[in-house]
Amino acid sequence: MVELVIFALMGAVALAGAIGVVRARNPVYGAMGLMATLFALAVFYVVHLAHFVAVVQVIVYAGAVITLFLFVIMFVGVDRAEDLTEKLPVQRPVALIVLVGVVVLAGALVVTGRFDWVIASGEPPVVRGTIEEIGENLISVGPPSDRQASRWLLPFEATSLLLIVAAVGAIALAFYRPRRKDESPADPDPGPGS
Amino acid sequence: MIESMVVTPGWYMTLAAVLFLIGAGGLLLRNNALVMFMSVELMLNAVNLTFVAAARAHGDIGGQMAVLFVLVVAAAEVAVGLAIIVSIFRSRRTASVDELSELSG
Repeated sequence: MVELVIFALMGAVALAGAIGVVRARNPVYGAMGLMATLFALAVFYVVHLAHFVAVVQVIVYAGAVITLFLFVIMFVGVDRAEDLTEKLPVQRPVALIVLVGVVVLAGALVVTGRFDWVIASGEPPVVRGTIEEIGENLISVGPPSDRQASRWLLPFEATSLLLIVAAVGAIALAFYRPRRKDESPADPDPGPGS
Repeated sequence: MIESMVVTPGWYMTLAAVLFLIGAGGLLLRNNALVMFMSVELMLNAVNLTFVAAARAHGDIGGQMAVLFVLVVAAAEVAVGLAIIVSIFRSRRTASVDELSELSG
């Protein structure tokens, strides 16, 4: 009963936020809608006892990612009205056909029972995504014979590499400036931030 | 009647599918690079919800671990993608993908 109420409320918030992302003319409102969706999903994670994931969702997504989005939206400028007319001639109809096709395909798969496997039969064991549980799964290494204990260790290390590469790449992109040989120091039209 | 309604993982997965479709629609129909990017984030989050619901349905923590990895990849993607958008904007003064068509023949 309680979960039903939470599902109805937060589901409505998530859907409204998602529609706001897609429909808002002003990208700032879109970012706010995205944040509402992210918070609603964090509530769902708590309902699923995935507390650590919920906290990370709020800190990383609603905190860092949305802030970064807002910075860039402000930098790019929100006063510029987006030209919503489509320049590719067949993009709109093809996109709508693809979306409707996905809906029909998903409905057919559900009706024919191809998705029954996603619901485990019987009562599954309760999983609590506490920080200890997550941490043990991430970096605990058992004896070398125990492959199960360290199955997330390699992906974990790979993500650290990915984050370093992404950070270096973002910094390199931010500092990169195409400079021509004949450019005089007193450039009449220096770009922003140069 | 309402007391007997149990929220099954299928409900969450249906909601996640709807969120994913909204995100896909935004990605296909908008032409502001920032809005398209936010739609991609929406799609990633819909998948995350599916993972967490499946983790509870199967009693396996692997679903929650997958969500954490998706989060890391999404954060890296946002950092690099927004840097690309900013550097495109600096040289072209636009964030609309329709005007960035130099590579088409």
